[in-house]
Amino acid sequence: MTDITIIGAGICGSLIAHRLSKTDLRVLVLEKESDVAEGATGANSAMVHSGHDPKPGTLKCRYNLRGNELYPDLCKELQTAYVPIGAFVAAGSPEEETVLDKLIAQCEERRVPYEVLSGEQARELEPNLADRISKVLSLPSTGIVTPFEVTIAAMEEAMLNGVELKLNYEVKKIERRDDHFLINDEIETKLIVNCAGAHCDDITEMLRESPYHVETRKGEYFVLDHLNGSFVKHVIYPVPSAKGKGVLAVPTVHGNVMLGPNSDFAANRDDDATGDGLDFVRSEISSTMKNIPFNRMIHTFAGLRPHIDLNDFYIREDEQIPDFIHVAGIESPGLTGAPAIAEDVCDNIILPKFEYHRKEDYIRRKAFINMEKMSEEQINELIRKDPSFGRIVCRCEKISEGQIRDVIRRKCGARTIKGVKMRCRPGMGRCQGGFCEPEVLKILAEELHEDVRDIELDRKGSAVLISNAKEEL
Amino acid sequence: MERHQLVIIGGGSAGIAAALGAYENGLRDILVVERESEYGGILQQCIHNGFGLHTFNEELSGPAYAEKYFDLIRDNDCIHFVYDTAVTKIKDKTLTLQSKEGLRHVEADAIILSTGCRERPAGAIGMKGNRCEGVYTAGTAQKYLNKEGYLVGRRVFILGSGDIGLIMARRMTLEGAKVIGVAELQPYSNGLARNIKQCLEDFDIPLYLSHTVEAVHGSSRLESITLIEVDEKLKKIPGSEQEIPCDCLLLSVGLIPENTLIEDLGVKLDPRTRGAVVDDRYMSSAEGIFACGNALHVHDLVDYVSIEGKKAGMAAADYVNGIRPEGEAIRNVVSGGVSYMVPQSFHKGRDLEFMFRVNRVFKDCFIHVYGKGLDKKIRKTGIVPSEMQKVLLKKDEIESLEGELNWEVVE
Repeated sequence: MTDITIIGAGICGSLIAHRLSKTDLRVLVLEKESDVAEGATGANSAMVHSGHDPKPGTLKCRYNLRGNELYPDLCKELQTAYVPIGAFVAAGSPEEETVLDKLIAQCEERRVPYEVLSGEQARELEPNLADRISKVLSLPSTGIVTPFEVTIAAMEEAMLNGVELKLNYEVKKIERRDDHFLINDEIETKLIVNCAGAHCDDITEMLRESPYHVETRKGEYFVLDHLNGSFVKHVIYPVPSAKGKGVLAVPTVHGNVMLGPNSDFAANRDDDATGDGLDFVRSEISSTMKNIPFNRMIHTFAGLRPHIDLNDFYIREDEQIPDFIHVAGIESPGLTGAPAIAEDVCDNIILPKFEYHRKEDYIRRKAFINMEKMSEEQINELIRKDPSFGRIVCRCEKISEGQIRDVIRRKCGARTIKGVKMRCRPGMGRCQGGFCEPEVLKILAEELHEDVRDIELDRKGSAVLISNAKEEL
Repeated sequence: MERHQLVIIGGGSAGIAAALGAYENGLRDILVVERESEYGGILQQCIHNGFGLHTFNEELSGPAYAEKYFDLIRDNDCIHFVYDTAVTKIKDKTLTLQSKEGLRHVEADAIILSTGCRERPAGAIGMKGNRCEGVYTAGTAQKYLNKEGYLVGRRVFILGSGDIGLIMARRMTLEGAKVIGVAELQPYSNGLARNIKQCLEDFDIPLYLSHTVEAVHGSSRLESITLIEVDEKLKKIPGSEQEIPCDCLLLSVGLIPENTLIEDLGVKLDPRTRGAVVDDRYMSSAEGIFACGNALHVHDLVDYVSIEGKKAGMAAADYVNGIRPEGEAIRNVVSGGVSYMVPQSFHKGRDLEFMFRVNRVFKDCFIHVYGKGLDKKIRKTGIVPSEMQKVLLKKDEIESLEGELNWEVVE
């Protein structure tokens, strides 16, 4: 029997699995999509908030502050990128300055490091800050990460240490037995952690009436090409409003810039379509920024946030069903809070229920091979050992065949075109895979010993190639 | 360090021609660096005919054109091609080459960029809707079909009337797919007239002018698109939406010169062509670095690319041999419907050819060229954005110019 089954392989599910993998407990992760980090985790602002914003006394506030503390070390441990770039909250009217003053007071109270700048001082550091901006709250402890990289790394290391991951596995039925649960009539587990994001309440409903209801909110973003700090160097927030944190300008770990999000209720749980929100983002961003290089736009996307009607995270053992743990309502600042959530849920809720030992021979994952960061000697050594590292497949991001093969061959390895893209970036660049996708597809087919026609973009049913032209005739 | 008189980046139509031009003008040590395992670049996937009418007086397929042009340099001991090799960095005049043999550094007296162009992807036009499989740029679909032998859709819609989109409308029809229609945002087609005739009209494929794709729909695979009409200001007309079931949307919405390498180098780019700013020698703002072909500005015909490549090669040879132009460069200034001019500046002293595009359709108009000592009007029955214009100015005509030369199109 499995000790712990985690439903959902987003950032929370993966970090919980990772933390548990340091013990000798038997851990299983079930994910309905074809890869980890496919839901809210894969599409958000990709940043580690300082904790200046959440309402006092909420779980959001508590986990945000602790998560911000944990991220630098977590990323070091997982060998993933963490860049402490800092943020500006920009106010441009007396009303906005009043809201900013409230945030400054919160920073003081919460011991969040901060500095207050005049509009001029801020524009010296960020020349493209809009002229109307008169006062800025600078937050040096804000960082950026690549959320899917953190999630993939956590799951990879968890799997290196014995955690089992089932992809394309949808939970349809859960029964409570005497001292365990039975999932889909086949999986027996002592404990369940519900990390199902937008479907958390559906999972709970399999056992009882859910104490919360998920209303997915959609946020749309533009992605700009590599601007490498020429447009914006910090995360730029407007002052928050009743609708949330507002439309941000966020530099990414790889030198791109994201603009977004808006916040609208989604049509349904899986509605990831971009729409008029993009027009809203385009007009809103000009309240904080000027000289916006929209002509450098390379991609747009929409992310879903599993908002619940309790207006806070819901993290606890179920009151009626023992050993059923809720990790629900993980919207912003969920990415920031995730390491703190994993710490709390594992150390204070799950582990006290079990007898276990810490692993002595814990295996560390190796970082993805990043040739951009290597010296020429290191690159030559790599190519000498495996010449496929010499062949560049993705010209925009300069990714070699060897790097692509490496991310397929690993634990929690890529199985789809998007899986490769998320792990080592071919298709993330300015041509968006126009040139390299056919090459990536062939490499995937080779590595997975599959026919090219079976290789999919991401989820089931998304095969790239419809038919062999010659056979059709 | 390995050293060459001239290194050409990209062995497609521009690069091959540049090598020939440089050789004919006296260079004896030319290296061409090609990323793929064969020469010819994008021509290798363009298996339709229509190439070479100007250069060879016959209609050839893309691969045949490449081969025929390559024959001109095939046995030339002074021109050396390396394949499966990418240039990853240029610093001063030193290039870093990456291949399965490792990294190597090559120094050059002059460098020519003939790196071609890329297609504008869905993300760059802010396409609304789901991120489902089934939306491809036309060139990617062409590669899958012509090089790998696979179709990416059975019921196909095409957005944009660029030439690759039109070519693919015919190609996919011939392979058994149903092409439902082609939508073009502008009230005129962006492809060559002959392609509209041969690829759409001959196959009864409707062309929806002043229409665009509002959104794409589908959960894992594309299921339908929303087609919408636009007014004369290109604003979408509410209520004109129609949903069209299809499993594939091809995009032919523009080509962008590929200049990542020189962007990193800080070379000045023209925001309108998105290629380097060059003078009449095709030399960029970086001394000794030249650009030609679709990496400089997007051409209509491969023949024009070859001509430009050859000229750039000859100019690079002059540069290597220490020949420098005399006097101050004259700047081209464009207005009144002219969207760009290549070259952006020039030196007097010889006949020069200028290439430009207009930003809308002009009927019964003239090209007005004027500056100190020159005021010339060239009558035209019509000019469309999809057809590149060429104007030749004689040495004598530009002799007394100073400072700048103005270009406009007047109806």
